[in-house]
Amino acid sequence: MPNFHRKLERSAIGFVLAIVGVSAIGGFVEIAPLFTIHETVEQAPDMRVYTPLEVAGRNIYIREGCYACHSQMIRTLRDEVERYGPFSLAVESQYDHPMLWGSKRTGPDLARVGGKYSDAWQVAHLINPRDVVPQSVMPRYAWLKRNGLKTDDLGLHLAAQRRVGVPYTDDMIANAGADAYGQANPDSPYASGVTARYGEATNVRAFDGSAGRLTEMDALVAYLQVLGRLTDAAQKTAAAQE
Amino acid sequence: MVSGLTVSERRLALVIAGLIAVCGLAMAIVGRNDLIGAHGFIVLAFSLGVIALVATRYLDPEPPEDRLSQYYDDPTKAGIVLAMIWAVIGMFFGVWVAALLAWPDLTFDAAWASFGRLRPVHTSGVIFGFGGNALIATSLHVLQRTSRARLPDQFSPWFVLIGYNLFCVLAASGYFMGVTQSKEYAEPEWYADLWLVIVWVVYFLIYIRTLQRRKEPHIYVANWYYMAFILVVAILHIVNNLAVPVSLGHAKSYSLFSGVQDAMTQWWYGHNAVAFFLTAGFLGMMYYYLPKRAGRPIFSYRLSIISFWGITFMYMWAGSHHLHYTALPQWVQTLGMTFSIVLLVPSWASAGNALATLNGAWHKVRDDATLRFMMVAAVFYGLSTFEGSFMAIRAVNSLSHYTDWTIGHVHAGALGWVAMITFGSLYALVPWMWKQERIYSPALVEVHFWLALIGTIIYVFAMWNSGIIQGLMWRTYNDSGTLAYSFIDSLVAMRPYYIARTVGGLFFFAGAVVASYNIWMTIRMSRRAEAAGRDTVDVPASAALVPGE
Ligand code: HEC
Repeated sequence: MPNFHRKLERSAIGFVLAIVGVSAIGGFVEIAPLFTIHETVEQAPDMRVYTPLEVAGRNIYIREGCYACHSQMIRTLRDEVERYGPFSLAVESQYDHPMLWGSKRTGPDLARVGGKYSDAWQVAHLINPRDVVPQSVMPRYAWLKRNGLKTDDLGLHLAAQRRVGVPYTDDMIANAGADAYGQANPDSPYASGVTARYGEATNVRAFDGSAGRLTEMDALVAYLQVLGRLTDAAQKTAAAQE
Repeated sequence: MVSGLTVSERRLALVIAGLIAVCGLAMAIVGRNDLIGAHGFIVLAFSLGVIALVATRYLDPEPPEDRLSQYYDDPTKAGIVLAMIWAVIGMFFGVWVAALLAWPDLTFDAAWASFGRLRPVHTSGVIFGFGGNALIATSLHVLQRTSRARLPDQFSPWFVLIGYNLFCVLAASGYFMGVTQSKEYAEPEWYADLWLVIVWVVYFLIYIRTLQRRKEPHIYVANWYYMAFILVVAILHIVNNLAVPVSLGHAKSYSLFSGVQDAMTQWWYGHNAVAFFLTAGFLGMMYYYLPKRAGRPIFSYRLSIISFWGITFMYMWAGSHHLHYTALPQWVQTLGMTFSIVLLVPSWASAGNALATLNGAWHKVRDDATLRFMMVAAVFYGLSTFEGSFMAIRAVNSLSHYTDWTIGHVHAGALGWVAMITFGSLYALVPWMWKQERIYSPALVEVHFWLALIGTIIYVFAMWNSGIIQGLMWRTYNDSGTLAYSFIDSLVAMRPYYIARTVGGLFFFAGAVVASYNIWMTIRMSRRAEAAGRDTVDVPASAALVPGE
């Protein structure tokens, strides 16, 4: 071996090629099959896509770095399932570009937090977590309620997601801004379009507690309330295992 | 430093900086309704600054011809200074985010100062700002010495160093504004990522061109590692950052992959950023500066080979241990775990090689804090790679994952290994670069050593405690078969450890400030000596240290 290696050490290009070849194998063997083996992601015909308002909320979740303290991946361990609900399936994040599985639980897992609390609780908690949970170390996000939500480019956001594989229709893209408004304004004429396009089960409410002006708080709470509720594949899997 | 460039190099610098200024202006205009516009202004201001710097010295006379018979070290010097500036910035934010977990209202009512935005400023600041600049600076130094060849030109190393720092500035300023892809350690958005690719290609070309000009027949082991660092980081960076921007006028992009494929790609990247940025690059440093400072050849050439190819091959399989018990298929988890465990062999081969090199020089380790930094680094390298393999075991990981144990593990590596080997190397390098007999104050190096060691130990012990307690509380059941503790119970139990961790971080940060002062005073010593016209100590252009058998 040392003799062979001594030869290799004399050729810069040879060394470069050797490094690239040797290092590429592992990633290739582990990643490429994930795209081709069908069992990797379960089937969930009922799976819906995020509404424009939820997309906006998800982007705020990313912007604020909530993923630094919260995971969205319940592992297949008994205590996790009892604490947070049925373990996460791959299909549940199949429209998540990028995924937000997280790596650290400074706060609890949020994969199934949708519907766990009322909108009012979520809003109060985000404005000052210590008003609701005195021991909390979560930051305050009061400005979310002050900031208006930018909706004029949501169509572009959906179109970009369609380019990476999320099945948004032309109709959804064309109406993205109106749907965002309608979802947080149940009494407005735009509300019915939301349920028509995204399903009857979609939450249509004044998430931040006041109708009219659309805020970043509306978007983030809409997103939190849909976490774990895009499909019930996980609940079905859990029931089948009982 | 500009006057060291030839006139045509100065012209090239102006043209390139001008082009970048135009790009910045275009970003500012196209993205005027988006945060990318703000980044356009930053790019514009940055490049105008560079232009101003070059322009003021543009008319200086050509540098003397005899420069070609010497190594070109100006970019290394600048890189050392930049590394120390980023160290202070990055560690300052580290202490701040640590404090936020004990005193959450230290964040005012300001969006930019909330935990989620500051954390990547800390991680990118220390990894890319401090670590990256130190790697670029030392690699250019080591490359020339071990090849006995001067860098091929004087422009491209500056392009790499300054361009890389532009990337770091875009990254950090973006996090404050909320521009992030959310992929850990790959947070910068698409335009910053594209820019880094260009910078990195030039960096690689410097390496390969210098190696082609080398007068040593063999490529020295430190360069194997630096090359692996450059090449593999390029592969990882490109694949993990594949994304479709919303438009050219938007900072935001959507990653090409989603869900489980995205998770696997991200942790293939994430774990190998640890392997090839934070390990391979710094092993390159260790393989040059440690034997040099100890005055002894590397203990074993065979161990170097085994450890190098073992690390290069096996690390790339290990990323999936970040995804145990998740929705990632089990066969990938098992592969990741297996390779993570075997990885201990090449890792300990390197750590052992370093420590065995010191055998016979222990009296120097005792007396010389610089060498002691490197020795302790090798020890921490051995400890944290052992811990890493251990934590990759599924059963252990079920407890440790998601807890502070991971944070403790990372910092055993980052503080104990990466930062210590860097400080040791810089303390060795600074007097050589500025042609001084020794660093300004060896006593302050000693002070720094103890601050760093104590800080690391406090930090790591605090996080071991909190992580293991957290993990146990989450999985403890009552006699009646229900979970014994609420999440909030575990949170309350963390508080003393979060305070201790902040204190540990503060020690380490104080050490970095002391180091910056010491290095700065050394630079001033050399300036004063030059101004007085005194001859600076001439350090002979030392030949490469040939690995011993
Ligand atoms: C510094 C870490 C940290 C950050 C950053 C953070 N959180 Fe939290 N979060 C916590 C902690 C700790 C708790 C548990 C105490 C509490 O309920 O406040 C928590 C609780 C929660 C809960 C309640 C979960 C439950 O099941 O009771 C929600 C919802 C939540 N956070 C959402 C968010 C969102 C949205 C963001 C980003 C805008 C965010 N968090 C950012 C630490 C954090």
